[in-house]
Amino acid sequence: MNKLIAWFDERIPMTKTWNIHLAQYPAPKNFNFWYIFGVLATLVLVNQILTGVWLTMNYVPSAEGAFASVEFIMRDIEYGWLLRYMHSTGASAFFVVVYLHMFRGMMYGSYQKPRELLWVFGMLIFLVLMAEAFMGYLLPWGQMSYWGAQVIISLFGAIPFVGDDLTLWIRGDYVISGATLNRFFALHVIALPLVLVILVFLHIIALHEVGSNNPEGISIKKPKGSVPESEKPKFQFHERFTKKYDIVDAFPFFPYYIVKDLVGVAIFLFFFCYVIFFAPAMGGLFLEPPNFEAANPLKTPAHIAPVWYFTPFYAILRAVPDKLLGVILMFGAIVALFVLPWLDRGKVRSVRYRSGFHKFNLTVFAISFIALGYLGLKPATEVYTFFARVFTFLYFAFFVLLFFYSKNENTKPVPERITK
Amino acid sequence: MSNAPVDKGRRRFLTVATSVVGAAGAVGVAVPFIASWNPSEKAKNAGAPVEVNIGKAEPGQLIRVEWRGQPVWVVRRTPEMLASLEAVNDRLRDPNSDEPQQPEYAKNLHRSRKEEFFVAVGICTHLGCSPQFLDVGFSDYVDDAKSGFFCPCHGSIFDIAGRVFQGVPAPYNLVVPPHYYINDTTILVGEDGEQA
Repeated sequence: MNKLIAWFDERIPMTKTWNIHLAQYPAPKNFNFWYIFGVLATLVLVNQILTGVWLTMNYVPSAEGAFASVEFIMRDIEYGWLLRYMHSTGASAFFVVVYLHMFRGMMYGSYQKPRELLWVFGMLIFLVLMAEAFMGYLLPWGQMSYWGAQVIISLFGAIPFVGDDLTLWIRGDYVISGATLNRFFALHVIALPLVLVILVFLHIIALHEVGSNNPEGISIKKPKGSVPESEKPKFQFHERFTKKYDIVDAFPFFPYYIVKDLVGVAIFLFFFCYVIFFAPAMGGLFLEPPNFEAANPLKTPAHIAPVWYFTPFYAILRAVPDKLLGVILMFGAIVALFVLPWLDRGKVRSVRYRSGFHKFNLTVFAISFIALGYLGLKPATEVYTFFARVFTFLYFAFFVLLFFYSKNENTKPVPERITK
Repeated sequence: MSNAPVDKGRRRFLTVATSVVGAAGAVGVAVPFIASWNPSEKAKNAGAPVEVNIGKAEPGQLIRVEWRGQPVWVVRRTPEMLASLEAVNDRLRDPNSDEPQQPEYAKNLHRSRKEEFFVAVGICTHLGCSPQFLDVGFSDYVDDAKSGFFCPCHGSIFDIAGRVFQGVPAPYNLVVPPHYYINDTTILVGEDGEQA
């Protein structure tokens, strides 16, 4: 066995990669509940790819055959219903864990220097994930697939001068048709997953270059030679990490955190399986009722709402009376997150040591996001629109306020080391 | 290997020239990939004009036909409906149809060739839903008008000539497609005709 490993190690950096990224990668010892979502996102990604490949084996990507083939998968293929529910529930689960993963980053300042690029890669993953989910939702060719896509593609029509030609080009027809379905299918099953996997790879490489942040927001890298031998962890870390720094308060990622994460994975799977088996439509949130009816271009469903994970941004779109401005503001809501590392001019990372006002601001942001998500599901009545405007204002206020107060924020003293 | 001194100017020229030609090639290669997303010949043919028989339309009735996969409405308006057009003028975004949402021959108060018949694409100018035709009951939304169009998606309202009201999300009046009367009982939707 050792001989075989040696044979490979002479030809490819197998053991070295294993050590750098797993067995000798130093992970801060104080990770809490919030640090499970990266692993869970990876798990869901694997679930989506695996079930997706299997669904492709029976799905027919055409306007005539799509809806019927999904019903065929659900009724006539052995365990087809399970594969499809794993995939559809996985889509929602993906956004649940990604939103929590992002909020973790915001709480503990994981986007701050030197992790800006790591954050940007994460945001790109989020963007591709949204495109992937949107295109995937057209494929069952139900009423909501069709009309939801209609609404989202028309967004591009708001762009001055080129808008109409652009929407025609995206659809490949004067309306959403089989041509649109087929190109979305190609992008959904080949192009975007490929981009997604590459981005995830870059995200992890960038993470392992700068090292993981932690709930205290303190670096576990100390100047070389500044830490007495007795205070160093009794683990071997790869020399790539120890060459320039003394590492303190850390465990190797494998096996310690892997084993710990398995507990989180088990708890996650408990919820995941509950939804798959007992509430796959999640009361119309994960699979919307009009989507159990085949697409009909001549009949608009009475109330069109995107799937829940788009509703915060959809609510922002609807809150603005002007079409172009609404679209700009909706994309602005995502751009604001992209540039967060440069909007936050503070030096203290973790919310634990930041000012009371920052805690308040972050809380208001989280509430606004959830409230917008709720409002985006509701019809646009006067009262709901009023609240959507209030929460849209608060959403953006978070970023504006942060930019101003973060420079001279009244922070608490940050400890030198992660406390026990 | 030659020991002649490196001619930096020449090397630079060759680098730039190669890059420019390479970039031009890359643009050329991109053309088929991008152009293949345009509507196919089949899709363009499916966009051919359609005939609508209006001979049997009752006053106040809406006839729905499909043109380019979109719903096209032909409404035979009653005198009462036409009278309401003036009454709501001051509450409209674009009462004079200044935005190019209709052919020239429909840029008038009733937004049609003939007063009685209104032809429009039944797709809301906000985000592409299909509004509902309310031949009565429109007064729930607007005083002085009994009939009009209401979009259930985001609450946009249009009068009986497809003109959008102020304070709703839809930015423009409903689109009037090119159309003309082949004879008294037939409209061709999709072409302006020779009378235009």
